[in-house]
Amino acid sequence: MKLDAKIPEGPLAEKWTNYRSYTHLVNPANRRKVDIIIIGTGLAGASAAATLGEAGYNVKVFCFQDSPRRAHSIAAQGGINASKNYQNDSDSNYRLFYDTVKGGDYRGREANTYRLAQISGAIIDQCVAQGVPFAREYGGTLANRSFGGAQVSRTFYASGATGQQLLLGCYSELNRQIRKGNVKSYTRHEMLDIVVIDGKARGVIIRDLVSGEISRHSAHAIVLATGGYGNVFYLSTNAMASNATAAWRAYKKGAFFANPCYTQIHPTCIPVSGEYQSKLTLMSESLRNDGRIWVPKNKEDVKKDPRQIPEEDRDYYLERRYPAFGNLVPRDVASRAAKERCDAGYGVGPTGFAVYLDFKDAIIRLGEDLIRDRYGNLFEMYERITGDNPYNYPMRIYPASHYTMGGLWVDYELGTTIPGLYALGEANFSDHGANRLGASSLMQCLADGYFVLPATISNYLSEEFRHPAIPIDNPAFDQAEKEVKERIEKLMAIKGSQSVDELHKKLGRIVWNYIGLSRNEEKLTKALQLIDELKKEFWTDVKIPGSSKGMNIELEKAQRVADFLELAALMAKDALNRKESCGAHFREESQTEDGEAKRDDEHFRYVAAWEYAGEDKEPILNKEPLEFENIELKTRNYK
Amino acid sequence: MNYTLKIWRQKNAADSGSFVSYKVENIDGETSFLEMMDVLNQQLVTRGEEPVAYDHDCREGVCGMCSMYINGRAHGPNELTTTCQLYMRHFKNGSTIIIEPWRAKPFPVIKDLMVDRSAFDRIQQAGAYISMNAGSAPDANNIMISKEAADAAFEAAECIGCGACVAACKNSSASLFVSAKLAQFALLPQGQVERYQRTLNMVQAMDAEGFGSCSNTSACEAECPKGISVKHIAMMNRDYLKATMCSEKVMS
Ligand SMILES: Cc1cc2nc3c(=O)[nH]c(=O)nc-3n(C[C@H](O)[C@H](O)[C@H](O)COP(=O)(O)OP(=O)(O)OC[C@H]3O[C@@H](n4cnc5c(N)ncnc54)[C@H](O)[C@@H]3O)c2cc1C
Ligand code: SF4
Repeated sequence: MKLDAKIPEGPLAEKWTNYRSYTHLVNPANRRKVDIIIIGTGLAGASAAATLGEAGYNVKVFCFQDSPRRAHSIAAQGGINASKNYQNDSDSNYRLFYDTVKGGDYRGREANTYRLAQISGAIIDQCVAQGVPFAREYGGTLANRSFGGAQVSRTFYASGATGQQLLLGCYSELNRQIRKGNVKSYTRHEMLDIVVIDGKARGVIIRDLVSGEISRHSAHAIVLATGGYGNVFYLSTNAMASNATAAWRAYKKGAFFANPCYTQIHPTCIPVSGEYQSKLTLMSESLRNDGRIWVPKNKEDVKKDPRQIPEEDRDYYLERRYPAFGNLVPRDVASRAAKERCDAGYGVGPTGFAVYLDFKDAIIRLGEDLIRDRYGNLFEMYERITGDNPYNYPMRIYPASHYTMGGLWVDYELGTTIPGLYALGEANFSDHGANRLGASSLMQCLADGYFVLPATISNYLSEEFRHPAIPIDNPAFDQAEKEVKERIEKLMAIKGSQSVDELHKKLGRIVWNYIGLSRNEEKLTKALQLIDELKKEFWTDVKIPGSSKGMNIELEKAQRVADFLELAALMAKDALNRKESCGAHFREESQTEDGEAKRDDEHFRYVAAWEYAGEDKEPILNKEPLEFENIELKTRNYK
Repeated sequence: MNYTLKIWRQKNAADSGSFVSYKVENIDGETSFLEMMDVLNQQLVTRGEEPVAYDHDCREGVCGMCSMYINGRAHGPNELTTTCQLYMRHFKNGSTIIIEPWRAKPFPVIKDLMVDRSAFDRIQQAGAYISMNAGSAPDANNIMISKEAADAAFEAAECIGCGACVAACKNSSASLFVSAKLAQFALLPQGQVERYQRTLNMVQAMDAEGFGSCSNTSACEAECPKGISVKHIAMMNRDYLKATMCSEKVMS
């Protein structure tokens, strides 16, 4: 299939304006007749639901948490980027665009990324007007800080709780629309399948997590804002229930899945401490503004009290290898460098898989009060978990699974390959190429929800509104509901011996060891074989107590892990296919002499969009070539 | 370390529920409270029994899902700590730990330790917003806000909506939760236009949901994992009084 990204004509800086000038609209009176279903209430879903509600559409919004306010976005810490240039440091839309494309190692789409930069300023305006309490300078203006991959200060933040404050902003507007009757919210409800009628997305099958009941919901358009798949690693910084089921069900109904192998391993997380560990905690990238990363120069010092190790015996390896960006290199570079030092035997802490993040110099330079002001709640969180006080003992950190650049393939309008099915936020693949820069996900989620989708969806609905409300007794609904119920009963009937968590942990170990920070052909081939074996083990040996009627937490988890197993295989296939290194995807076969990622633009300058071909059939690879008309392709250099 | 757990088990909202005792063994002090619960649930699943249902998600103390009443205290013994951020090193080896759901009429139990907090959402729907459509905002730096005001609004806005304040209060009052949201907006210039109407609407919604009244014991502040201050309740009461005494026009 030829993929049409629907990129508007015209010079880069005018594409979005042109698009909006000519796109088709639905008149306000007709919007009432249009039903839209949104799955997800994170930044992307909640902002979209609120804005489409404001526009006057009939919106239904679903999430599996007990309140829309608790979506995973709530946990984002560090900040949100915007090219406001409030710091007068020569920031601009072009520079934000350039940094994002370069940070993504030239594997993102130019037009989408430029639009993101153009919209970024309006997001901050919107959030401030909503009452989001961003950090301020004494003079009353907004404060900024720097994040990795940038030499300007363009990150807006609310202490270490930026995601919480932004999400509560969306939630407040969502609440206003719920009160007005424009949006209806369903909590503790999980989408288990998409219904496609005559080639168009027309509905969803939902399970009520409290009663266990399965229900059908129809609409003129369906929007997935269901987050990323970082939990395929089992241990990750994502919330426990974050999962890929919605995206995966869409894939199996015909939506292409793009670049699944682009998974981001975040360099600064609290290291793994024990076998019962259920998740890994992120220490925000913002800490790299003032913290310095190091390991001992001498192997005999790795178990020593770090405070006793003199300056000359410390290896500030990021500052050494990348003098221009120092501790603020992009995440993929920082993660690989940490792994390199630990694998070479210089890692610290009880397991040897940790490096120091040290605030000693910053505290001397700026004083403890200022550091507390900037990072107080992160330091507290660290201390609560580890028992160590970072004001007088360096933090120990190690890379962990954090974010997924891959996701459902979407065109410029955020439409998937199923007409009428849209994907927003982390669930789509579009803006970050092979590596996302810090503070850019929150920006993308809110750009998608507040500004992009509300403009693009009307182009589709301008014809669809003529269609009367979609009946839910269509045979496609019967079929989808039947499949969902059969799958549930099949899982319940296995009555094996292993819990879902045990199997998920096994999957996580395979993904981390074979499709993790650094990949090669042998490991990836092995991964495919191991995943296949584990999938069989899962479908013959999983144990789910209780019944499918009423609440059943193990059943919820089992369905998600079943999908992760299939997605992991696609990740490995995609990684095998991409025989270059780019961004977060590091193929050991493709590196420079000093161990940096080596791209192969001649053969791999494309988006890999995978098409489902049926159970036990090889998925089909579709390629969307990437054109760079405004940026010269270069080897990334942070030195 | 080893523990005896006395856990509230209740099949569904209609069931009357009761305590059941379990043993967990070889728990490391670095294990979090919820990871200890995972260990228990793993044992139960292996035995073919239904695991204990409890709410949790981010496990970083910010989503507000987790909600256990541990040894008679909301979120357990540590101050400024959610259940998910509690570690077993704070519990003595060999001790018995009593674990219950939030107990409050407006928070009916759904199953085991899981309660229905949708009343909180409905209160927020009654007015916890600044009415402003996407796209109509002025440039962000046109609204100057002193650092003190921004910091104070942020402190109020840090409420995670967990409901510990309600569980800790003998009257099941939601005053701390509601006042925190009101204060966030009342402290900011953007929140002034709708300030008094918002207060009226939210306080009325809180009463309609059946939350009790505040009798100033400050039990809520003591248990709040985010350290939300009771001074917000005083501000809410003042605003409410103003709102009921004058017409909105006069005030703005
Ligand atoms: C610890 C942490 C810190 C971060 N910090 C930053 C930061 O500082 N800056 C930054 O830019 N990014 C940050 N990120 C990344 C960023 O938070 C996420 O990428 C972003 O919030 C994703 O938002 P979303 O709206 O796409 O999805 P999510 O917030 O993940 O929301 C998904 C929603 O979909 C719902 N859902 C999913 N599946 C289903 C289903 N089948 N049925 C019904 N509902 C479903 C869920 O209930 C939820 O409401 C951070 C991430 C983590 C893990
Ligand atoms: S005020 Fe405190 S205890 Fe009450 S809901 Fe908010 S965070 Fe929880």
